[in-house]
This record gives sequence, C-alpha cells and structure tokens, in this order.
Amino acid sequence: MIEISNLHKSYKMGANKLHVLKGINLNVAEGELLSIMGSSGSGKSTLLNILGMLDEADEGSYVLDGVPIKNLNEKIAAKYRNKFLGFIFQSFNLIGYKTALDNVALPLYYQGHSRGERMDRAMSYLEKVGLADWAGHLPNELSGGQKQRVAIARALASDPKVLLADEPTGALDTKTSYEVMDLIQEINDEGRTILVVTHEHDIAQMTKRIVNLKDGLIIEDTVVSQVRALENV
Amino acid sequence: MFDLDRWEEIFETIRKNKLRTFLTGLSVASGIFILVILLGIGEGMRNGIAREFEQDASNLIFVFPGVTSKEYKGLNPGRRIQMKNEDYNQILRLYGDRLDKTASLYQNWGQVLNYGKESGSYAVHGSFPAYQELENMSLTAGRFIDINDLNNSEKTMVIGNRVKLDLFKDEDPIGKMVQVSGVNFKVVGVFTDPGGERDETRAVVPITTAQRAFGGANNIERLYLTLKPEESFDAAVAASTQFSTELEAFLKERHTVAPDDNSAIHINNYLENAKRFFTLMDMMRLFFWGVGICTIIAGVVGVSNIMLIIVKERTREIGIRKALGAQPLSIIGMILHESIFVTAIAGFLGLIFSLTLLEFVGPAIETQYIYNPTVNFTVAINTVVILVFAGALAGFFPAWRAARIKPIIALRDE
Ligand SMILES: Nc1ncnc2c1ncn2[C@@H]1O[C@H](COP(=O)(O)OP(=O)(O)O)[C@@H](O)[C@H]1O
Ligand SMILES: [Mg+2]
Repeated sequence: MIEISNLHKSYKMGANKLHVLKGINLNVAEGELLSIMGSSGSGKSTLLNILGMLDEADEGSYVLDGVPIKNLNEKIAAKYRNKFLGFIFQSFNLIGYKTALDNVALPLYYQGHSRGERMDRAMSYLEKVGLADWAGHLPNELSGGQKQRVAIARALASDPKVLLADEPTGALDTKTSYEVMDLIQEINDEGRTILVVTHEHDIAQMTKRIVNLKDGLIIEDTVVSQVRALENV
Repeated sequence: MFDLDRWEEIFETIRKNKLRTFLTGLSVASGIFILVILLGIGEGMRNGIAREFEQDASNLIFVFPGVTSKEYKGLNPGRRIQMKNEDYNQILRLYGDRLDKTASLYQNWGQVLNYGKESGSYAVHGSFPAYQELENMSLTAGRFIDINDLNNSEKTMVIGNRVKLDLFKDEDPIGKMVQVSGVNFKVVGVFTDPGGERDETRAVVPITTAQRAFGGANNIERLYLTLKPEESFDAAVAASTQFSTELEAFLKERHTVAPDDNSAIHINNYLENAKRFFTLMDMMRLFFWGVGICTIIAGVVGVSNIMLIIVKERTREIGIRKALGAQPLSIIGMILHESIFVTAIAGFLGLIFSLTLLEFVGPAIETQYIYNPTVNFTVAINTVVILVFAGALAGFFPAWRAARIKPIIALRDE
C-alpha cells in the first residue's frame, strides 16, 4: 500500500539546515496497523505529513497504492488527499462552527456528493463511532474523546485507503485513549490500513507493528502481538 | 451558482462577526450612497442650468463693434468701427432664411426727458419691434413700438418702469407727451426688464425716428439676431457657431478688418456660452464620478482588509479543509463569494437608500442651480456593476492569500 525509499527532508532554519529525515525506507502492506514511535523531535510528524501529502520530501520516492506521488501541485495533492487519505490529529481539528454531522460530511462535500447523500453517509459514520445522538452538537459541546471520535468518523467518511493518525490519544486521558484505540482497532479489523504516530508504549503495543525512529532514521521495525484495547478499558 | 453549503458558511461567518460585517458593509453602503447622491446633484445642476438657458431662450447672437488693433490693407490700427443701417440690411438679405428675430440698435446715452415739471437723464434706444423679445422686456401697460411706427417714423415711445416712476409718479403715462431735445414723443407703453432697475432707466423709440431726431444718420451700435430653432441643443449650438463665424467674416470683410483682429468686431454668442456651461457641468459630473469612485475604493480597501483578517483568523480552518481535500479554487470561491455577498448587500442598501432619498427629497429642491436631481437607469445599472466588481476586487487579494496557505503551516497555526 505504501512504499517509500530513501526519503530525505530538511528544514531551513535561517542559514542553517535541519536535516530531519535522513533516508527512510518503509513498506506498509494493505490492512496493516502500524505505529511510528520515537522521542519528541525525532521526525515522526514530518514523516506522517509527507505520507499525507501535506508536506513534500526533498528526496526519495513515495508510491501510494501503486500511484507514484511526485511533482505535486496544490490541486493534485488536494485530490489525492481527498481520495486516498484520512487524517486524525492530536488536536482533533474539527471546525468549530459546524455540528458534528457537518464536520463528518465535509470531506464528502469536497468529493462532490449531493447534500442528501452527504448527510446519510455522515450519519452512518457517526453511528459507527457511537455518536449518532450527538450529530447536532457543536465541537465545544463534546468531550475530548467524543471530539476524537467525530474526527475519526470524518477521516473515514471519504472511505480512504489509509488512515493517518498523529498522536490521536495525545490529548486524552488513559481510559479515553483506550476507547479511541479500540475504535481504531475495530476499523483496522475491517481491513483498513492505519498508521499511528505515538510516543506512548502502551498505545504502540495496541498496533501490530512498531517502527522506531531516531535521528531521522528507522532504527527498529518489529512486528508485535497486538494488545486489544478493550481488555484494558 | 447556488451552493447551499457555501451560503450556509457565509451566513455562519457573518453571524459570528456581526459588528465587523456591519462596519464593513457601512463603508461600502456609504460609498455607494455618496456616489449616487453626487451623481444626482450633478444631474440636478445640469437640469438647473438647462432650465436657466431655456427660460432665456437665448440662442441670441449679439454684435457690437470696437476698435481695430491691427494694421490692414494700409489702414492704421486704432480705427473705430461704425456699423450702418446697410450692414443690418445686408445681413438680412444674405442670412434672412436662417434668422428668426432681428433688431439693430441706435442708442443715445444721457438724453434728458421732460414731462411737465419732472425731468431726468436716460438712455434712449432706437430699435425694432423685435427688440422687446430679444431684450426680454415685458409690458406692464400699453404696447411696444410696432412696424407702423417704424415705417412712418412715428414719434412714439415705450418707457422703462423707472422712467415712468420718475416722471409720472402715480399718473397713467399712456398717451402723454414726453419731450426729448425739443421733440415730443407720445408714450405708448411701459415695460419692466428682468435685468432690473438699471435696464428700466431706458426708453425705446423707433430706430427711424431716433436716427432722424438725434442726428444719428445711418449709424447703428448693435445687432441682435436669433436663429431659427433646431432639433436639438447640440444642433442649435453647431448652427449658431457656424453662423457666428460666417457673420464675423462678413463684417470684417465689409469693414476692412484683419481676419485675426479680435478687438474690432465682437460677436457674443449666448449658445456658445451655454455650451461652455454645459461642458463645465460635464466636467463637474466627471469629478463627482471620480469622488464617488474614490469613496467606493476606500470602501473596497476596507472590505479587503476585513477579509484579510478573516482569512488570517480562519487559517487553521483553511488548513483543515485542505487536508480534507479542498481545492485551492474552492477556497478562493469561498472567500470571494463572501466578500461579493457583503459588498453587494451593503451596496444595494446604499443604492436603495440614496435612490429613495432622491426620489422623495429631489423634487422638493428648487434652487436656481439645482433642479430635479435624478439618477437615470443606466447610472443605476453602472453602479451595480461597479458594486459587484468592487466586491470581487475586495475579495481577490485575501482569497489569493488563502489559497496559497500551505496546509501544513495552516494546521500548525494557533
Ligand atoms: N516547519 C518546520 N520548520 C522548521 N523546523 C521544523 C518544522 N517542522 C518540524 N521542524 C523540526 O523538525 C524536527 C522534527 O519535528 P517533528 O517531525 O514534528 O517531530 P516529532 O513529531 O517526532 O515530535 C523538530 O526538531 C522540529 O523542531
Ligand atoms: Mg509530532
């Protein structure tokens, strides 16, 4: 599903250059649930953003579902993001003045679906994350866990090939974190490929494979036996 | 384009920023308001001046000679030009088919008029019956001199109201005899003149009588001519200008005046003056447009600034939208749509308000210079076009900014 090789990325900091990714090679097959670990500042988000086409690599190749991702302009990137990817952020990134339902429906708007269809589909995803009763509420009327569920529903709404989650539990307490991980596991059980960035070991253990990042390189890549989140709630 | 979601979003942001939207709208609305009012006043001034000139009906061409300033064909400069009856007759013969009303004038300053014990010094004008209309006199009693008076060199006289008050007090002057240089004239009428007191200190007698009685020989001092009416104002101006030129050439030739000598023959063309007024008016209207457009531009800059702030505030939201697959064009559309909507609504309110004001207050304005200030349909349409254009302009820069925001940077924005 994802094939990257020799990926480099550096940031210009005035006269200096900060070399963040120094040649990443990684293959992710369809249906995997993979976590990217590493200390703060090790480049996890940078890698995920490149995978999400929110940012571009300086060097290296990236193929997503057989499509080489290169020479992106804003227009094509927007199309690919909409078609291939779903994002889950640490800070949820819901639009404050839109209801839960409208937030979930937004990617469908950019896919060009009719209003009726958008609402139907958004509602079914809200049901899936257990928030059908909260459809008409604004984000600031929801708890952190509920917000993240809405965000997950929104990420799923466009039926993406890959879900990219950057510290999805970073802003949540342990219990709520596990509930969210349980949802993510469920979605993965249905066969969807998911990449989770985290620096928490217990969260990483709930995925199926852990990639460890240090100083811009992958220093460890291990398949683990998945801990089901539900058992720990 | 009817896109419910986009409309919903626009109402959403407007609802969130009521005061800000109101203030922005106000600047555009007042811009349009000022533009329309200025244009209305411009039109009103034009109407006022047009009416002024219509009243005078003055397509009058007025000729008086002066002194030559250039040597010509062996004649020295400084020669006084004297017109004769023959000038007038020649002009009638040559241009008669184009002329409407005509009169020549032989005038005598400072003639002493006696009636009984009363006497006074007045100007005595010898002229034609048409002189009354050409000089805008209106009779308060009796009649004006007529063609019989002229043909028979009758000693009849029409006196100005001032003369009547001075010599006759409350007495009825009609039929009474007034003595001028020992000649008895019979008063046949009294006139008033819109020019006021000064113009009423004259008496008018037949030119034939005047020339004979006061030793004027064939001399005349002035010519008054009007042309036959034309279809339109512009045609009238053209005909009148053309005629003036021909007349000037004719008189210069006749009196051996250098063609480029501007002080020997004076031709005062009222229509050309009117035309000058109208040109001035048109320039003023242009100026009003300029001021109005500037006001709108100020409004546009205001809206543009507000939209920039909105874009800045919504940076994160724009990042989210882009992450979810929003195309740059759809972001541009969103911002443009909002700014056009705000300017259009505000502008229409300004337009409606100003038009209503002109409609109801306009007809009540009755000064000499402003008459019936209105804005015609074309102008209203133009204003609307300007409005939409202004909205697009106001939205363009912010929209362009928004579309260029990189999602990764937008998402980091706090
Ligand atoms: N846009 C940027 N400009 C400059 N430096 C950046 C930028 N984004 C990230 N960095 C730097 O790159 C490094 C990696 O950042 P990041 O990928 O966010 O780390 P992580 O998510 O693993 O904490 C950090 O040192 C960070 O300061
Ligand atoms: Mg990070």
